[in-house]
Amino acid sequence: MSTATQTPTATDSGRTPSRATRLLGDRRLPVLVTATLFLVMYAAGLSRYANYGFGEPQVFLNLFIDNGYLLVAAVGATFVILSGGIDLSVGSVIGFTTMLTAWLVEKQGLPVLVVIPIALGVGAFGGFLMGYVIHNFEIQPFIVTLAGLFLFRGLCLVISKESISIGDSTVSSMAQAQASLGVGFLSVGAIVSLVVLAVAFYVLHYTRFGRRVYAIGGNEQSALLMGLPQGGTKIAVYTVSGFCSALAGLLFTLYIQSGDPLHATGMELDAIAAVVIGGTLLTGGSGYVLGTLFGVLVLGLIKSIIQFEGTLSSWWTKIATGVLLCAFILIQRAMTTRKKT
Amino acid sequence: MAEPRPVLEMTGIVKEFPGVRALSGVDFRLFPGEIHALMGENGAGKSTLIKVLTGVYSLDGGTVTLDGKSVRIASPLQAQQAGISTVYQEVNLCPNLSVAENIFIGREPTRFGRIQWKQMRKEAAELVDRLGLDIDVTAPLSSYPLAVQQLVAIVRSVGTGDSDGAGAGTKVLVLDEPTSSLDRDEVLELFRLMRQLRDEGVAILFVSHFLDQIYEICDRMTVLRNGALVGEHMVSDLDQVGLIQLMIGKAMDQLEGLHEHQLHAEVGEPLVRADGLGRKGGIDPFDLEVNKGEVVGLAGLLGSGRTELARLLFGADQPDSGKVTIDGKQVSMSAPNDAIGAGVAFCSENRKTEGLVPDLTVRENIILALQAARGWTRPIPAAQRDELVAKYIKALDIRPANPEARVGQLSGGNQQKVLLARWLITQPKLLILDEPTRGIDVGAKAEIQKLVVSLSEEGMSVLYIAAELEEVLRLSHTIGVLRDRKLVARIANGPEITPTRILETIASGEHQ
Amino acid sequence: MTTTPRWRALTQHHLFWPVAVLVLLLLINVPFTPDFFAIKMTDGHLYGSLVSIVLFGSPLILVAVGMTLVIATGGIDLSVGAVVAITGALTCSYISDQSDQGALAGVFLAMGIGLVAAVVCGLWNGFLVARMGIQPIIATLIIMVAGRGVAQLITDGQIITINSEPYKLIGGGYWLTLPFSIFVVAAVVAVTVALTRRTALGLLVEAVGGNAEASRLVGIRSRRIKIMVYVFCALCAGIAGLMISSNTSAADGNNAGLWIELDAILAVVIGGTSLLGGRFSIGGTVVGALVIQTLTTTIYTIGVPTQTNLVFKAAVVIVVCLLQSPKFRAKVFGARFGAKGGGKPSATPTDTTPSTATAPKMEVS
Repeated sequence: MSTATQTPTATDSGRTPSRATRLLGDRRLPVLVTATLFLVMYAAGLSRYANYGFGEPQVFLNLFIDNGYLLVAAVGATFVILSGGIDLSVGSVIGFTTMLTAWLVEKQGLPVLVVIPIALGVGAFGGFLMGYVIHNFEIQPFIVTLAGLFLFRGLCLVISKESISIGDSTVSSMAQAQASLGVGFLSVGAIVSLVVLAVAFYVLHYTRFGRRVYAIGGNEQSALLMGLPQGGTKIAVYTVSGFCSALAGLLFTLYIQSGDPLHATGMELDAIAAVVIGGTLLTGGSGYVLGTLFGVLVLGLIKSIIQFEGTLSSWWTKIATGVLLCAFILIQRAMTTRKKT
Repeated sequence: MAEPRPVLEMTGIVKEFPGVRALSGVDFRLFPGEIHALMGENGAGKSTLIKVLTGVYSLDGGTVTLDGKSVRIASPLQAQQAGISTVYQEVNLCPNLSVAENIFIGREPTRFGRIQWKQMRKEAAELVDRLGLDIDVTAPLSSYPLAVQQLVAIVRSVGTGDSDGAGAGTKVLVLDEPTSSLDRDEVLELFRLMRQLRDEGVAILFVSHFLDQIYEICDRMTVLRNGALVGEHMVSDLDQVGLIQLMIGKAMDQLEGLHEHQLHAEVGEPLVRADGLGRKGGIDPFDLEVNKGEVVGLAGLLGSGRTELARLLFGADQPDSGKVTIDGKQVSMSAPNDAIGAGVAFCSENRKTEGLVPDLTVRENIILALQAARGWTRPIPAAQRDELVAKYIKALDIRPANPEARVGQLSGGNQQKVLLARWLITQPKLLILDEPTRGIDVGAKAEIQKLVVSLSEEGMSVLYIAAELEEVLRLSHTIGVLRDRKLVARIANGPEITPTRILETIASGEHQ
Repeated sequence: MTTTPRWRALTQHHLFWPVAVLVLLLLINVPFTPDFFAIKMTDGHLYGSLVSIVLFGSPLILVAVGMTLVIATGGIDLSVGAVVAITGALTCSYISDQSDQGALAGVFLAMGIGLVAAVVCGLWNGFLVARMGIQPIIATLIIMVAGRGVAQLITDGQIITINSEPYKLIGGGYWLTLPFSIFVVAAVVAVTVALTRRTALGLLVEAVGGNAEASRLVGIRSRRIKIMVYVFCALCAGIAGLMISSNTSAADGNNAGLWIELDAILAVVIGGTSLLGGRFSIGGTVVGALVIQTLTTTIYTIGVPTQTNLVFKAAVVIVVCLLQSPKFRAKVFGARFGAKGGGKPSATPTDTTPSTATAPKMEVS
């Protein structure tokens, strides 16, 4: 940053962006807005429900425990949206994974350690197929992943119409395992989701693949003319999303200890909403996976506040999500039009 | 200059598209350490040649030799690896990434797969510094104006080629209209960078519509016309008039009668007046008057502002300054609707993107403007519609004479006639035709020109833009000459006005 | 092969393939249910598989017809499912508050309230798309997410059941021996066709979807047109919402109209309207919706477990989209077939760069 201010010469006066435009144009701004929103909401919760134990550290940690699967799914969706695409199959893949896992463990008696890689592999392969079709046949991602949505939800029902509860001892011990942090504890699911977040952050910011995702989302035509392998990147992005959805499905299975053909219905919307509220442009190319974390936390916090409020019903979650989504979409719109001028 | 070995030689290049032969056996060579201009009007094949060279199009015939070795370039990536880098008019970078990333993306310095951001920024800063530029490489590209983005694109091209980004890899740098939206200072900065790179031995292929810039910076030029090579000249050997003549070519002369006719025609009272109408980056403020029944021709090279002028008169772009008066009433030109309401019609030079709705039928395309003016609630009665369409299909000889045919499947000339019919049906007072004869066959060309004359006889005013000077001279009562986004002269047509006179005006920017 | 010109003209008609698929699906049922095409008269009502296909497919046809116009302008409306839920919830909760649920005035007022809510949703979508310039998928996502919450808010999270004879008519009643909803659908389809083909609306919609810039330069007020089609689409969804809630005599904020936006988009695509906008066919959409409903029925009658319905649907989506993809056709059937037919013209040199720019890549791969 310092180099910009060092050498402002006469001819360059119009060139070095002023501090104000730079702040408004800064891509980190939306993330900051979301983080601030989270803090404000948290502080409001603290002041309002102080007597009901909102201040307990465990309440905060529960945000991660209760929303770990959503975080993982949203991280996958972040990759897709950053590349300028969209993945509607997230919820179905999660639901399918819960069914597949429950079925393999309970009905087929396979050990959990064998089932996990199978489930992850199936999810990733599904994502790969969708990416392959999207890239090679130039069909809109919206439609292809819609077919994925139908397919995986249908496969759920093919496995069983009834929900399958999991009584396997390995699963229940994993579900109950807790990592103590002194002030509270985290579940396996929460830890896995944070690891996924960290890995995603590293991949997006420190690998060539990650930067290609941004480049394609910024301007796919340019990325092609710059000689970047844009097809492979696109396919990879959907594979990542499929993998993350499957992993989210595993975490969800762990969280709920059953498989159900209707699990996670519509969760793709939660994931997309979390990504957008986290400041990622739905048109692609701009955003941070850290913003997605805050997006998930905001959504989770809405849920807990509604629980603490007691009188508010669960559907306020959806309405609040919609309102936030709308607000952030309008903010994004304002930011992108400013850029053009 | 001693004749060294060319770094790039293209021989007998052929490129065909369905129904069009865009390049027919073009030869082209480029020497190291020179700035070479590629000149030609619309449809001459410049951009096709560049796209063949940079691997965007595959070639249908001919050979490309780079550094004495025959190469086959199948993708932009291969072109870059071979040492051919391109900077396009619309900057093809990723505005959402930082300057440093844009310079390095695809070949970022990594250790064990981890991008070394510090090293990348340092190298980028060094590269920028070595080229004498003052750009903060950590800022996002979109925070810089277009001119700087262009420079960054050049820095990237220079850095491309070998993985450590030292800049030795680029042998050929193609600059496709980089200056079209830059101001004078920005152009000077660009030229300084170009000269520096030339002195380092890079061969630069430069495309620009600004003749002054060509004469300022280029050493040699190749002129194309209609997909064929016209000649290769040292810039110092060819003056501007000679160059324009080469670019525009010889006239068709079977329409001389029209010319005589127009010279003796009388025009009516004023219809349209533009006062100080202008748009930044489009055309400088101009005054223009068009009388009833008058044909005003616009002469000027591509990029001289002729299309921009027409678009302002139609409200297709919003003006920054000035006003338009039509029939004595001031019209606010904020959208095409306003202009259409005031009786202005506009046939864009881009038939496909700005004119036709290719999926719709000939009939639907023809009635579109009239229907839009009537609004959706008042459809044109079927009988009246069919009669109108049939009348214009016949009058303009649109083939096939089938109103149900999909307009996307018609030939260029017939598509142009459909667009003409679309506007004639609305009975406009002023018809703006932007290159109506471009890319269509000779017969259709002649028909359209005859039509313009008969329309003006009936009292319609026409603003006529064409690349071919003879065409403009033949049809116009008055000729507006444009150069470098300025309306530099208005000349009343007469027997003493010859293409050469107009050429001189375009070349010098002054009318004697 | 004997291909008479008449046969070729028939196969090239835009309704040929959708209708062929529909007929094929219907015929598949015959071996399993020999009296599939039989229609019986019981208690003055007509019963039979064909009648029930149309009856159960009615809401989908309505939504898909509205969606067709939105897609023709190059947009998409994801919020229709939520609009279905909101309309049903509002109407039912108003009726349930009445002391006399059978009173005609109350029922009409209730329906009016529900439809006004639908129109408001449509206006909001249209405003975001046409005025604010937000991508349709994103703009309509907002109501898709929030709308179900609103519907649940209205019903207070309960499933509101009502007992209103006049209201029952729309979705579950009979008139002139046929289910009343068939008449509603027929009326809406007729109005839509009249609105688009008797006025110039259809032409202008196709122009906006076919080439937005050319439409602007020709003086079409595309903003207005876009807002209109979103409002119309929401209105259709509202009527479908009335029908669904009337059929079950209940409003379920959570499940009413679930997935209907996806089925509707699918119906539009099967009906031959390109997702890229431009040419549309209301008739095709109706056939497309019937195909989807027949698929569901067929799966049921041939004894395949009903849960595989979604898998079949997925297969249909994939097949239809692949067949519509020029690139797929070019790869599978050769370039000549890929270039002709199809909704969109093939890429020519002066066309947009993306299509030409990717061309060389095909050689490499």
